[in-house]
Amino acid sequence: MTVARQDFLVDLRAVRFAYGEREILRGIDLSVRRGQVVAIMGGSGCGKTTLLRLIGGQLRASAGQVVVDGADLAGLSRAALYGLRRRMGMLFQFGALFTDMSVFDNVAFPLREHTDLPPELVRALVLMKLNAVGLRGAEALSPAELSGGMARRVALARAIALDPMLIMYDEPFAGLDPISLGVIGQLIRRLNDALGASSIMVTHDIHESLEIVDYVYFVSDGRIVARGTPDEIRASDDPFVHQFVHAEADGPVPFHYPAPSLAASLLGEVGA
Amino acid sequence: MSGVIGFLRRVGSRTVDMVWRLGFATRFFGLVLLYSGQSFRRLHLTIREIYFAGVLSLLIILVSGLFVGMVLGLQGYETLQRFGSSDALGVLVALSLTRELGPVVAGLLFASRAGSAITAEIGLMKVTEQLKAMDMMAVSPIARVVAPRFWGGVVSMPLLAALFTAMGILGGWLIGVVFIGVDDGAFWSQMQAAVDFRYDVMNGVIKSIVFGVAVSLIAVFEGYDCTPTAEGVSRAITRTVVSSALAILALDFVLTSFMFRGQS
Repeated sequence: MTVARQDFLVDLRAVRFAYGEREILRGIDLSVRRGQVVAIMGGSGCGKTTLLRLIGGQLRASAGQVVVDGADLAGLSRAALYGLRRRMGMLFQFGALFTDMSVFDNVAFPLREHTDLPPELVRALVLMKLNAVGLRGAEALSPAELSGGMARRVALARAIALDPMLIMYDEPFAGLDPISLGVIGQLIRRLNDALGASSIMVTHDIHESLEIVDYVYFVSDGRIVARGTPDEIRASDDPFVHQFVHAEADGPVPFHYPAPSLAASLLGEVGA
Repeated sequence: MSGVIGFLRRVGSRTVDMVWRLGFATRFFGLVLLYSGQSFRRLHLTIREIYFAGVLSLLIILVSGLFVGMVLGLQGYETLQRFGSSDALGVLVALSLTRELGPVVAGLLFASRAGSAITAEIGLMKVTEQLKAMDMMAVSPIARVVAPRFWGGVVSMPLLAALFTAMGILGGWLIGVVFIGVDDGAFWSQMQAAVDFRYDVMNGVIKSIVFGVAVSLIAVFEGYDCTPTAEGVSRAITRTVVSSALAILALDFVLTSFMFRGQS
């Protein structure tokens, strides 16, 4: 299947990233076609969130290209980057709602900051967004009064306030009960299709994700180790994918952090 | 030998870190000034911060001012009456407060009441990723969060220092005139004659403005720069209070040496 480059909303080519000496990403090729929901999966600390931050322009790649909607992020000025971000929505892991504002004001925040809409119109838009996530009745609550799942839905309403072309989710399922998990999963898919947006989801919740996404990338140790549609992933005999899907403790991803053998450590032969 | 090298290395790394941080703080100050336009265009953001930094600090400032003035009244009378010049109590109280104690003590109280609160708030916003979220929404956290808090502090501090001084003079009067029985007319008229508006009062106001800028900058910087963990926020708050106190005292010495050189 050949796809023209302009069909990709997000296109990462040979991207590398390091914090000082520590290399996090070692050559990532990843692309998201318009309208797709793509999941990036991998164990904790494998560089998934770093990928999202590169796409959002919060970090700059040390090598390679990050292209979003035709624009190479490396060459963008701050103003141009902000212009691009107005068309992106991001859902942070725990919502990151502004704690000094009500639910309503949180969702209204991007509208008030970036548009000159009259208050009645802002109100109408906010109520529509809150309705889309099922929380219109919670507009007057403060973030402290919300459960984890509700906070994330409010944050989702805020992320879609300006009808973005790209929605990014950082661990949208972490710490949710099964019902909230299903709700968020369905919302991600429904909102993506209703808004005509594209979505990137960083997660390690494989079963929930495979139900709703179009394409999956597996990241391990800073590299893409497997990729495919949900059906291909389920049928895959790749050892990493197998370990991940079946939640096995040991495999290509070792149980032990790299260390000398236990016997050597106990006998004090190393590091003395 | 290796111990000496290790020591030198630590000293060197500390020094480089400090210089680096100072440079970062200076650049940050520049950015805050650059992004200050919004705090004035959208005045309600700054007014809200004036409420939090200024109005909510009123109680501690007023009560402390009263007590400091009362102690000045007692100690001043005790010393002055030995020389038979207890009528000059008003002058002593007013000069100590307008020139030194008003700006300095109000500044120290402001740093521990409002400065620490500003650091804690910005620090916690950083911990909960609110600053990052704002940045991802294409809203600069420096313009939206930091600059209004900075200007709220800068505006509040001179007003609080003035109120502190006024309460202190009232406290001195209460002890000196009402309780001890210094002559009411002498207390006020000597004060009026000896306190110069430009030389004493204005210099005090200038000091309080400088302290306001220093404390507010330290508070917003420490909050913005903190390590985003519970421990990091608590360390940042401590640093705000300690650095503010040191900055106030050091700046006070520098300013005093420029302002007051024995003229009368």
